[in-house]
Amino acid sequence: MKFDKPAGINPIDQLKVIGKPTDRIEGPLKTTGTAKYAYEHNQEVTNPAYGYIVGSAIAKGMITRIDQSAAKAAPGVLAIVTAANAGPLQAGKFYVSRFLAGPQIDHYHQAVAVVVAETFEQARYAGSLLKIDYKKSKGSFDLDALKDSAQTPPPAQFGPPAQTMIGDFEGAFKTAQVKMDETYSTPDQAHAMMEPHATIAKWEGDKLTCWCSIQQMNWGVRDLAIILGIPKENIRLIASYIGGGFGGKGTVLADLVAASLAARVAGRPVKLALQRPLMFNNTIHRPKTIQRIRIGADPDGKITAIGHESWSGNLQGGRTEPATASTRILYAGANRLTRLKLAVLDLAEGNAMRAPGEAPGMMALEIAMDEMAEKLSMDPVAFRIKNDSQEDPEKPGRKFSTRKLVECLQTGAEKFGWNSRNAKPGSIKEGQWLIGMGVASAVRGAPVTKSAARVRLNSSGIITVETDMTDLGTGTYTIIAQTAAEMMGVGLDKVVVKLGDSSFPESAGSGGQWGAASSTSGVYAACVKLREAVANRLGLDADKAQFADGRVRAGDRSFALGDAAKNAELVAQDEMTYGELSKEYAQTTFGAHFVEVAVHAYTFEIRVRRMLAVCHAGRILNPKAARSQVIGAMTMGVGAALMEEMVVDKNIGFFVNHDLAGYEVPVHADIPYQEVILLEDIDPTMSPMKAKGIGELGLCGVASAVANAVYNATGIRVRDYPITLDKLLKNNV
Amino acid sequence: MENENGSGSITRREMLAGTAVAVTALAITSVTGLEAAPASPIVTPVESAGVSFNVNGKAVNLEMDTRTTLLDVLREHLHLTGTKKGCDHGQCGACTVLVNGRRINSCLSLALQHQDDSITTIEGIGTPENLHPMQSAFIKHDGFQCGYCTPGQICSAVAVLEEIKAGVPSHVSTELMGPMAFSNAEFRERMSGNLCRCGAYSNIAQAAAEVAGVTG
Amino acid sequence: MKPFTYERAETLAQAAAAASKPGAKFLAGGTNLLDLMKLQIETPTHLIDIGRIGLDKIEPTPDGGLRIGALVRNTDLAADARVRTDYAILSRALLAGASGQLRNKATTSGNLLQRTRCPYFYDTNQPCNKRSPGSGCSAIAGFSRQLAVIGSSDACIATHPSDMAVAMMALDAVIETVKPDGKTRQIPISQFYRLPGKTPHLETTLEKNELITSVILPAPVGGIHVYHKVRDRASYAFALVSVGAILFKDGSGRIAVGGVAPRPWRNASAEKLIPIGAKEFASRLLEGARPTQENAFKLALVERTIEGILTENRS
Repeated sequence: MKFDKPAGINPIDQLKVIGKPTDRIEGPLKTTGTAKYAYEHNQEVTNPAYGYIVGSAIAKGMITRIDQSAAKAAPGVLAIVTAANAGPLQAGKFYVSRFLAGPQIDHYHQAVAVVVAETFEQARYAGSLLKIDYKKSKGSFDLDALKDSAQTPPPAQFGPPAQTMIGDFEGAFKTAQVKMDETYSTPDQAHAMMEPHATIAKWEGDKLTCWCSIQQMNWGVRDLAIILGIPKENIRLIASYIGGGFGGKGTVLADLVAASLAARVAGRPVKLALQRPLMFNNTIHRPKTIQRIRIGADPDGKITAIGHESWSGNLQGGRTEPATASTRILYAGANRLTRLKLAVLDLAEGNAMRAPGEAPGMMALEIAMDEMAEKLSMDPVAFRIKNDSQEDPEKPGRKFSTRKLVECLQTGAEKFGWNSRNAKPGSIKEGQWLIGMGVASAVRGAPVTKSAARVRLNSSGIITVETDMTDLGTGTYTIIAQTAAEMMGVGLDKVVVKLGDSSFPESAGSGGQWGAASSTSGVYAACVKLREAVANRLGLDADKAQFADGRVRAGDRSFALGDAAKNAELVAQDEMTYGELSKEYAQTTFGAHFVEVAVHAYTFEIRVRRMLAVCHAGRILNPKAARSQVIGAMTMGVGAALMEEMVVDKNIGFFVNHDLAGYEVPVHADIPYQEVILLEDIDPTMSPMKAKGIGELGLCGVASAVANAVYNATGIRVRDYPITLDKLLKNNV
Repeated sequence: MENENGSGSITRREMLAGTAVAVTALAITSVTGLEAAPASPIVTPVESAGVSFNVNGKAVNLEMDTRTTLLDVLREHLHLTGTKKGCDHGQCGACTVLVNGRRINSCLSLALQHQDDSITTIEGIGTPENLHPMQSAFIKHDGFQCGYCTPGQICSAVAVLEEIKAGVPSHVSTELMGPMAFSNAEFRERMSGNLCRCGAYSNIAQAAAEVAGVTG
Repeated sequence: MKPFTYERAETLAQAAAAASKPGAKFLAGGTNLLDLMKLQIETPTHLIDIGRIGLDKIEPTPDGGLRIGALVRNTDLAADARVRTDYAILSRALLAGASGQLRNKATTSGNLLQRTRCPYFYDTNQPCNKRSPGSGCSAIAGFSRQLAVIGSSDACIATHPSDMAVAMMALDAVIETVKPDGKTRQIPISQFYRLPGKTPHLETTLEKNELITSVILPAPVGGIHVYHKVRDRASYAFALVSVGAILFKDGSGRIAVGGVAPRPWRNASAEKLIPIGAKEFASRLLEGARPTQENAFKLALVERTIEGILTENRS
């Protein structure tokens, strides 16, 4: 089915199941520990050996020798895989990383060897017995030092152009009556999902099955085929449950490659999980950025010039962190500039993490807006509203499909009690705590992309949906069940959803905030076909058939839905593809974040006291799951604001704090009750579902709302994340 | 502050008592054994030992590599995979189980340390057909997303309510002397050893409040 | 983790005697030792599990103090009614540390003996004089924000991570031990931890195979007890700086500081300046500090934390 003109009324609009705050259908499994994650398929693989990855001890250089004798002689050892016996390995299409080093080392903790043994304990110990000699060479680890020599990157998939210029930014900025010009930085961040990257690999002849934990099954099959040099058809990937991803499990990483190779060499199925202390330097991360923002405005607060430049680094050939994306679309202003620069670094690969580009970009832009509002003596909410744009600021005449940024800001301000904020920083104190409020806009693109599904109907009236879509906590199982139930006129108890198997029809996968809107649209398309098949089987006019309450009716004829499958199961498969509506309309999600913090007047400890998000993100398929996506993102935003940083040791060339004690993410005590308001937004230009994504929107702007609240509390402006007490102390004059 | 031998008498008494039973004790202490690694080309002794404990009401007797943690025994030997390995270093709480009613990180405990202990894992808290009230409340309040930290959160939350009832103080208790009462702040502090990267904290606190009989 | 043989000791005597086996190490709660063994920072070849030898009681001493068994769990120590009433600083310090799960397992002696959380100590690929004597220190020129500003040396700038020990330092606790030959002794906590000097791998004054049996708290001294742990996140994190204070009505007090040195930091001559003010006290306490550029903020932070405590508790 092709979607190329705005949707009219369709069965989804009945909203009998869609739009309801349904509990997650897999809840009873997850809360009882019976949902099976990658490493836990003990029934399917009964005799696995255990793999353990040994990571490089240096950041850059060569392996000169690996003495395996002690490791080979260790109890239980079955095989050792290194570049010497792994066979040729290519890089995949999405990541540039090589997943097995040798002889060259590209970054710290790059896998050097995989040890396979009968037990986990034996494999881990044998790994320590490998004697690996290296020859170190000089690497580059310091983005600040390389900033001035950074290059214009080539165009990247999913990324904005390296440079955009509208009007005459430099001229307009020069003559602006009020202006700001500041530089910000965001650090390297880790996804730190709770389930480590893990795989069980099993070969049967030349067929490979992997139980794994990745977000895009289609990319995974594609990339594993390229990396191992085997046909795609020989690979089956299964990821029924994924213990978090946030972009950090996009496609194949070292665990899938290592387990596959190890299973081949050992002649046994191999299970392997990345040990937590290896994950930070071995896998991908959100790279550090340095961002310069310049804003010029009239004295009445109308922006006349807005410029955003961002520098990031990566391995040779790696992508740029597209931090300027939001600035192109969020605020009005006739004269505009965005520019991206990229340096080559010898740290682990920088790649997508929840709202890539937009999250770090908004961390800078929305502080800049706060600073500019102060220069203009304007309320930060009013300043943002004043510069709203109902057209694409880069393409006058191109409308937003829907855009209620102003309503988000106004609703939030009212709900949060924004008018009780004192604009003068440092003026509210409770005991030894300084209190402040901050605001930030939120914006995130709303892509939809091709997605397929298969639906089956049996004689009991049970609908089974099959798609290779994944659920990494996003609520996908539930919203797909809701979609099928709505389309087929049955209750949720009549729907079975099967996900995360590459042998199922190819879906959009989970990434870029496209998963929910795209995958449910694919299920919609398949259900339209199934409805036709049901009508045909029952001899009804498909256009007139009503699907409700487990029955199909047309005129005075009525059947139980299962009757259509009385003799044979009915199966329908289709995919949703898209026309040009996304070019005609700017399709985007919007929001506003409000935060109240308390900062200790003596120690500058920062604690978040209240948080509110208002989101405008298409039809909300399941308000309970959508709200959870948003509060989860708000939590991640608190981490980004106040604690998260992978610290680079520029002498050694690695992320030093490479475990969950050193890399702090928010804990329960950091997060207060979080409130979310979801504004009504039915967007018929998106798909028949009229929905958009929300999981990444929820993160964009949170950190800067916290930063602005800290400023309001203390009068101290910190422009380098995370905002920690030592930086407040240093700038406290 | 010079108090060498200041209260040596009590210590000496303990020592004497200790010596008296030492001989018997040595006789019953399990020491090391030898076990050939199966399928290994070189037969080398590995260190192994036996342990008996009770998991979710069932007696378990195991002979294993001495290095095996309680977590890996549960997951890899007993296939009770509800208990999760998130970090294996006591930094995330995903492996939380109850031992003799108290919550611990099973990753930082050797299985051999648990002779005669009673261990309750998430599988012993409730089942899909027979959910514990905390599990039901997690579902109702959407106190999880990816589900990987969830068993640890639930084991911990069940224990936290008991700890509060028992009057155990916390870092945020205004008064150290009891009685302790459930509050949002108390719950969050006590649960801070259970990371949730999906960020379900606010919902988890709501779920626990409901089970504790506190609204809001 | 290196293979090891395992022995479950049933009595103190058996444990003490077993300690002389080659490569032996005591295993109490295991929350730090097993962590380090997994990374092969600790590589014992024989473990003596002392979890069941008793030493898990808190008893009054004849002179009005408390004797805390070495194997009393951190949770039980923090929750003990006598500790909560008379030694609140100790309860507060314990409750500020680790997590509920870890406190349920971690023991009093294990807490005293826990090793530094310096990230370079934790990464066996990196030089570290504490882990591998003579190999060098990566932290001094590296990421040192968390690390020591005083008491450190050119060989090591690691901090001691315990909160409990900071409170015990303020309480003048005394550590009781037994040696493999059965001899016992008492070590005041002020003499328990060594400064690194050129030998940062030697962390305490315990002799080889000497086992901690208990910690004695002298009779209660009264006063207001405060423990303020300063960290980036609100819980489950090691201190940037922590301050344990006992303040008396006459303006005098005792203050021990954590997170700044290889051991809890306390100084009698500085304490005489508490009545004068935080600034005077802190500058004397931290006299001779040698911070790095990254952790110099701790000097101001110590002073400000104390100023906050004094302001709040003297008003």
